Amino acid sequence: MTTARPRYAEEASYKIHGGCGLMGICDESGKLMSGEDAILAMAVQHDRGNGLGGGFAGYGIYPEFPDHFAFHMMYHDIQAKEEAEALFDQYFLVDLAEPMPTRPVKGIADAPLLWRYFLNPYPNKLEESELSAEDYVVKAVMQINSSVDGAFVASSGKNMGVFKGVGYPEEIGHYFRLEEYEGHTWTGHNRFPTNTPGWWGGAHPFALLDWTIVHNGEISSYGINSRYLEQFGYKCTLGTDTEVAAYLFDLMLRRHKLPMELACKALASPLWDEIDRMPEAEQAVMRSLRAVYGPGMLNGPFAIVLGFNGGMVALNDRIKLRPLVAARKGSILMVASEESAIRAVIPEPDSIWMPKAGEPTVARVQGMEWPIHGDLHLSPSDISCAVTGTEVSCDTVEVNA
Amino acid sequence: MPTSFIQPEFKVKIDYDKCHKCGRCVQQCGWGVYNFNERPIPDDAKCRACHRCVTYCPAHCISIEKNQLAYRDNDNWSPAARKAVWRQAETGGVLLTSMGNPLPYTRIFDHLVLDACQVTNPSIDPLREPMELRTFIGHKPDSVGVESDGQGGFRLAEGEGMKNNLKLDTPILFSPMSYGSVSLNVHKSLAMAAQRLGTFMNTGEGGLHADLYPYQDNVIVQVASGRFGVNPDYLNRGAAIEIKIGQGAKPGIGGHLPGEKINKEVSGTRMIPQGTDAISPAPHHDIYSIEDLRQLIYALKEASGYKPVGVKIAAVHNVAAIASGIVRAGADYVYLDGFKGGTGAAPQVIRDHIGIPIEIAIAAVDQRLRDEGIRNWASVIAAGSIRSSADVAKAIALGADAVAIGSASLMALGCHLCQSCHTGSCSWGITTQKPELTRRIDPEWGAEQLTNLVHAWSHELQEILGALGVNAVESLRGSRERLRSIGLDEQMNKVLGVKPAGM
Repeated sequence: MTTARPRYAEEASYKIHGGCGLMGICDESGKLMSGEDAILAMAVQHDRGNGLGGGFAGYGIYPEFPDHFAFHMMYHDIQAKEEAEALFDQYFLVDLAEPMPTRPVKGIADAPLLWRYFLNPYPNKLEESELSAEDYVVKAVMQINSSVDGAFVASSGKNMGVFKGVGYPEEIGHYFRLEEYEGHTWTGHNRFPTNTPGWWGGAHPFALLDWTIVHNGEISSYGINSRYLEQFGYKCTLGTDTEVAAYLFDLMLRRHKLPMELACKALASPLWDEIDRMPEAEQAVMRSLRAVYGPGMLNGPFAIVLGFNGGMVALNDRIKLRPLVAARKGSILMVASEESAIRAVIPEPDSIWMPKAGEPTVARVQGMEWPIHGDLHLSPSDISCAVTGTEVSCDTVEVNA
Repeated sequence: MPTSFIQPEFKVKIDYDKCHKCGRCVQQCGWGVYNFNERPIPDDAKCRACHRCVTYCPAHCISIEKNQLAYRDNDNWSPAARKAVWRQAETGGVLLTSMGNPLPYTRIFDHLVLDACQVTNPSIDPLREPMELRTFIGHKPDSVGVESDGQGGFRLAEGEGMKNNLKLDTPILFSPMSYGSVSLNVHKSLAMAAQRLGTFMNTGEGGLHADLYPYQDNVIVQVASGRFGVNPDYLNRGAAIEIKIGQGAKPGIGGHLPGEKINKEVSGTRMIPQGTDAISPAPHHDIYSIEDLRQLIYALKEASGYKPVGVKIAAVHNVAAIASGIVRAGADYVYLDGFKGGTGAAPQVIRDHIGIPIEIAIAAVDQRLRDEGIRNWASVIAAGSIRSSADVAKAIALGADAVAIGSASLMALGCHLCQSCHTGSCSWGITTQKPELTRRIDPEWGAEQLTNLVHAWSHELQEILGALGVNAVESLRGSRERLRSIGLDEQMNKVLGVKPAGM
């Protein structure tokens, strides 16, 4: 049967186009909300997808295991599970391993085996490795994704998880029984790919550690964005724009230590006309950002919600070619592709607005750290291997043919 | 014995029924084709098919035709090959020619097509939305370091940010063409146009005439192997300095401007005696290796207060490695000149058979610099037969930061590509120093022609970007995903980093 087991290395050997709907909600006071709201927000945006991908990320959902890395796993078959678990045993002390709680839902078929693990590195092995815990985890993710056929790590962060699959998001949400979880931050995604990959791992959100990204858009600058990232060692193999956006955030925030605001400005740059009118000091920053990160600028229509343990950031493209609406009610900030999604969850918001093109909309959970992975030191090729599951040898750059 | 085996290339035909007998053709022709004896009598052998007389004939009664002599069929010995042998048998000399390589090599640009948005992402209307062409040429750091400004904002940290870049309002520059090879009025036209367009002209290797000082902020000054006109004042006047190692039309060889072209003004600008030949050695005699280049780059930076210093090379087989060395030597940009690039004079054998196409050079250099992680360190300017805005877009998509136009800019001034620049008798007043010919170009008119051309191409480039669904040129730059090839083989696709159409 091994021939039937897919290499979960990549979704498709060609670039996948698509449109989507998305949402994000965050209670900045840290108060927990049921996943039902996220499902509702995506359900009213049903028509923005075509049933080929839906997913959610929830933060603060595992208060009983706040300091454990929570691995959400997808397995093609039992053999993949056994092989991955053998690796877990090698690296981690697994405190709980259980099947993901699911319920039968009409429309959801061909689910992989879905398991979750709450684990921590063996202290002695972690010490031997001379890595930070985060590096250690990412390396393990990388190894599973690249060397275990038919196994895929959907998420690997602390006190968070990604729930995704092939189906409409409300179906996926109910399948994963999200109404039973409570989190301070939720993001959701409805996918409209222009092909039929039927691969659960290909749905959004994409995640590494506690970072997740949901994305509506088609990056018209994908070609140069991916070549730019390859220069730093990232390897773009999923053939999706989302991956490019994720790596660009990693490059700018973690590697180049840009503040989130400026990283957003680099990804969705102001127009030169606007820059020319800025005060001199600001102009100097923006001119350099645009000139230096020009190849990384995401050009073309997109709306992105980046989730992490400290909150979320929503960002639109530089001339707002994809919809993004934001609203605030008390300590709750919500964004979505459509106002209807917001009204479904918050019928009477204090304020509701269209975030300006390229202006990040930021929610910070009180008392939580801002999201730089200070303890993650791995190289871009390691990061991309972890996300995409390509071979470790992926640090060799090939001609983009 | 016949004086020559070679028959005239062209036949000049005059419809004497229409002819006004005004003699304007006689006056216009720089080649001395016409004699006037009650009516103009052409000597076909002197005609270069430059169409000056045709353009200015008030009666439209002149036509130039190919001299359609039949030659015994022989694919191997083309008429051109036979004529070359005859000419060399007569003269014993190197055949000289000018402008770019005319041989029918594969024109790769014509085998590349651009993408456009349909449904999944929107195209953008450049008439309604901003469409940004601004380009910075020069070294850029890998990252930008910032610090808090104490008021909730950020400022550049000490020593951080982009420095000393050339700002172009459109990614099109004018190629280096020296004063001496072209006339002062051509230089003035280029300089005025560059200033109006927010781009740059390039002195070439002949120095900077004082009349161009008002435009110096839009002038790149060149330092070539002859070092003509190079002094501290010259270096400090330019917006940037370019070291010329080679030229696409004549890689590996030097230059020779005959003494007849060295009049008083050229002599003063070049800092050489009047009437002497201006000879540029093949190599720089202080650059025999890459470490020498580094010394010259930094010497020029020191002399000019750290202006950008670029290096121009001809595209040759090993261009990627050479460019990498140049970038690591500290150059702020690499100027690649493909083998179809023009020249004011070159041996025909060199022009037609040495070097590689610019498309391949761009692809190879851009990829190599990326492989080495140094693409941000220097810009790439591509030249060597950029014929249209489509070529501009394709060159940029392959990885060039900007392109430079030489032949096209001269065509805007009237050049008809008659390939006779080296004779010094250009009827259009471009590549000549004869006062009666050079005054044919009014710099004000020339600047307008050039400005029009670059504006037109820039508008077209904006249309292309809009169709591609991006609103800034940096999102096309190096985005080979937006190119597809038609009719190129797999190996060539790999070299260019493009997929065939359909994939």
